[in-house]
Amino acid sequence: MAKTKTRDRMNNEINAGSMADIAFLLLIFFLVTTTIAEDKGILVKLPPWSDEEPDITKLKERNVFSVLVNAQNQLLVRDEPARIGELRERAKEFIVNPNRRPDLAEGPKNAIISLKNDRGTNYDTYLAVYNELKGAYDELWDELSMQRYGEPYSEEMPFAQRKAIRDEIPMVLSEAEPTNFGEEN
Amino acid sequence: MSKFSKKRGKASPAISTASLPDIIFMLLFFFMMVTVLRDSDLKLQVNTPEATQLTKLDEKSLVNYIYVGRPTQQYQAVYGTSPRIQLGDKISTVDDIPLFLEQHKVKLPEAKRSRITSSLRVDGEVTMGIVQDVKTKLRKSNQLKINYSAGQRAKALE
Repeated sequence: MAKTKTRDRMNNEINAGSMADIAFLLLIFFLVTTTIAEDKGILVKLPPWSDEEPDITKLKERNVFSVLVNAQNQLLVRDEPARIGELRERAKEFIVNPNRRPDLAEGPKNAIISLKNDRGTNYDTYLAVYNELKGAYDELWDELSMQRYGEPYSEEMPFAQRKAIRDEIPMVLSEAEPTNFGEEN
Repeated sequence: MSKFSKKRGKASPAISTASLPDIIFMLLFFFMMVTVLRDSDLKLQVNTPEATQLTKLDEKSLVNYIYVGRPTQQYQAVYGTSPRIQLGDKISTVDDIPLFLEQHKVKLPEAKRSRITSSLRVDGEVTMGIVQDVKTKLRKSNQLKINYSAGQRAKALE
């Protein structure tokens, strides 16, 4: 008790008042240098490179959903012109084929989406098309996941559940070597 | 004068500012956590397109960035106006990509190397030719996990 009193009288504590100023200084430094990470994008797994020519296996025409994008950023879907906006719905219908139409895929496991662009295609258009095709698969996974597990498909789901869904509807999006008709410099 | 201040002093002490540093430190730590120090000066004009099916990249140290775009105004005299590739902070060609990937790889522990992602930050106006060359080079270098960097799109497509 007596001890505290002497200490009080001596008053030799470090003045913490300037601590705030130092902290502020650091804070302002980090505020200025911060670029809050907005690192988002479309995750893609490329196929490994092989020097051999890919052997051409004849696929049934009904199982292939071909999307061509030319140097004028126009779309040709299954030999007919199309708009990007309708691509997602068409791809979904093609993969699942709910009405068992003879010109769409036999089933999700057989469906192949083939994407081919030109070297003159705008990256903007290419990514929009890729986004729609990926979106079609994402939506189908979500629907199947809701049906089976009552929650949308996400990376947080148990691995076995995710694998079951991806086995049911495997994502087959093959990209052909681009043509070169309209590259600009 | 002295009478007045004495009275006040007795009645209520001033608000303690002792916890102010703690609050500021809290903010400080928050910003330190979210900060990514800008490591490279962008010499290219890169406006990434917008998309909807986005994935977030978590671990910053496992990502390397490849920029593709047209040089900005101040670099046009040196590098011209056609689309170029930037690796780190210098303008490069596709042939520099394997070395760039290797330099990034050796800094990481072996166990994590399979999770390296290449983030392609490509300007929307660029044509696919140069992007295709980059993709081919990445495939040849066995760097297969890539991420087309894009912003979130709010409105629907027409």
